[in-house]
Amino acid sequence: MRKLFIKQLVQNSNKKKNYLLINDLGYNVIEPFKKKFPDRIFNAGVSEQNMMGMAAGIASEKCNVFVYSIANFSTFRCAEQIRNDIDYHKLPVTIVSVGSGVGYGNLGYTHHALQDYALMRSFPNMLILSPGDNNELIGLLDYIKKNPQPSYLRLDKNEHEEIKFKKITVSPGKIVKLINGNKKKIILITGCVQNLAKNIRLKKYKDYSLYSMPIWGMLAKSKAKSIIKKFDEIITIEDHFYDGGFGSWLKECINYTNIKTKIKSKYIRSEIINEVGSKEYLLKKYGPK
Amino acid sequence: MNKIIRNIRTNILNLTYKAKSSHIGSCLSIVEILAVLYTRILKKNDRFILSKGHAALALYCTLFEKKLISSKILNSFGSNKTILMNHVSHKVNGVEFSTGSLGHGLPVAVGKALKFKMNKEKNKVFALLSDGEMNEGTTWESLLFASHHKLDNLTIIIDYNKIQSMDFVHNVINIEPLKTKLLSFGCNVYEINGHNILAISRSLTRKNKNKPKIIIANTIKGKGISFMENNNLWHYKNPDIKELNTGLNEIKNRYA
Repeated sequence: MRKLFIKQLVQNSNKKKNYLLINDLGYNVIEPFKKKFPDRIFNAGVSEQNMMGMAAGIASEKCNVFVYSIANFSTFRCAEQIRNDIDYHKLPVTIVSVGSGVGYGNLGYTHHALQDYALMRSFPNMLILSPGDNNELIGLLDYIKKNPQPSYLRLDKNEHEEIKFKKITVSPGKIVKLINGNKKKIILITGCVQNLAKNIRLKKYKDYSLYSMPIWGMLAKSKAKSIIKKFDEIITIEDHFYDGGFGSWLKECINYTNIKTKIKSKYIRSEIINEVGSKEYLLKKYGPK
Repeated sequence: MNKIIRNIRTNILNLTYKAKSSHIGSCLSIVEILAVLYTRILKKNDRFILSKGHAALALYCTLFEKKLISSKILNSFGSNKTILMNHVSHKVNGVEFSTGSLGHGLPVAVGKALKFKMNKEKNKVFALLSDGEMNEGTTWESLLFASHHKLDNLTIIIDYNKIQSMDFVHNVINIEPLKTKLLSFGCNVYEINGHNILAISRSLTRKNKNKPKIIIANTIKGKGISFMENNNLWHYKNPDIKELNTGLNEIKNRYA
């Protein structure tokens, strides 16, 4: 997904407005942007807090800034810069993180993105952009091009096979149908768990429809509420802890309402993972079932 | 200039008394710096970031002198529903950026300076930092970056009043030799008396090439009111009625 992101960013950056900041990573990914816009990419070095503050500074001068990093560096390490400098000032900075969930399985707990939704969805102006496939990614980037604002783009580390391009329109709280099935009982996912969800569906929820919600966050709660109430049962699946994650967010959307939709959540077991292995191995052992 | 400085100090004291707010010492140490910046230095498209956001009241009082905020707004300081947060807020006309957590202003200023330089825009960027911010990692991260990219459109002023929140700087985390440190980071560094109008003006207008400019402004915390000067009690405390009247008299006489 990283390479497609850069390809789309290059394509969307023709106006002299888009900047890309990196913190000394992105080898074999960011080069197309660097080649085309050498004066609009900066390596901030290994200094995430300064990088995020600078992103706010550039964005405050009528530019759109993309900050590219691995999920742990671009979130918790500079959380206050995101809160005060970007979200508070409502600046058009898209924080791009690679390695959703246990994408960097072998690198260990320090590099796993298991709590990033919890942090990023606590900022009132921040949109969560969590694509499940290449079409959703293209749709998301089109949305953010038209609506520049604080946003958190969570990418899968793996490249996805080029599927047949199908233009989809995405917006906050809107759901995208992936598999047709039961009209009232659905599986709802966010992010790169499509294959996982398809397997779970085949085993346990054969007749359920499968949907994804690629854009969500605090701003999207009321839209999501209006969608949730159309269904009797929703099973959420995500590659994140339950606490502060997508499933718990969905439940928050209907808290204190009379909406009777039953929501069940499947997620990565909420504990520190003290072993390493491939993404597939870790998901099989600790992931949603 | 003397009149503006007197007015700013008088308003800081009156409003701190009224609002029972903290940080009067931190406000009083930067009055001359703000007065010079806003009357002689800042041009239309220049940017100024108060990184020591807890000295917000000094900036609000300066913006009032520049007629950027009304007396109604200024006098709302400390009341319910006011937009004048005790840490500087971008919702107030004339304020470039909200700060309050130390170590945030400089990275933002560096981002702005970088954008201007890359686009060959002539605007200058000024950031006013506290000496307490020399404890922050981001300050040094930003200096490395600004120096590497030769951001000579960036001027950093350090309000070196030698007292941070709890104690004298040299008792908390010694930052000396400050000038040597900053020089070694690749900046042009000037050390001045931060209450001397001419010295402030000269250092700010000095031509600058290839390096960020840093002005170490030696100041006195609580400057202008004898019993507040050099006393870290006034980082937190607000004056009672007797202290208010004594202070107002002192300001009137010293800045006549």
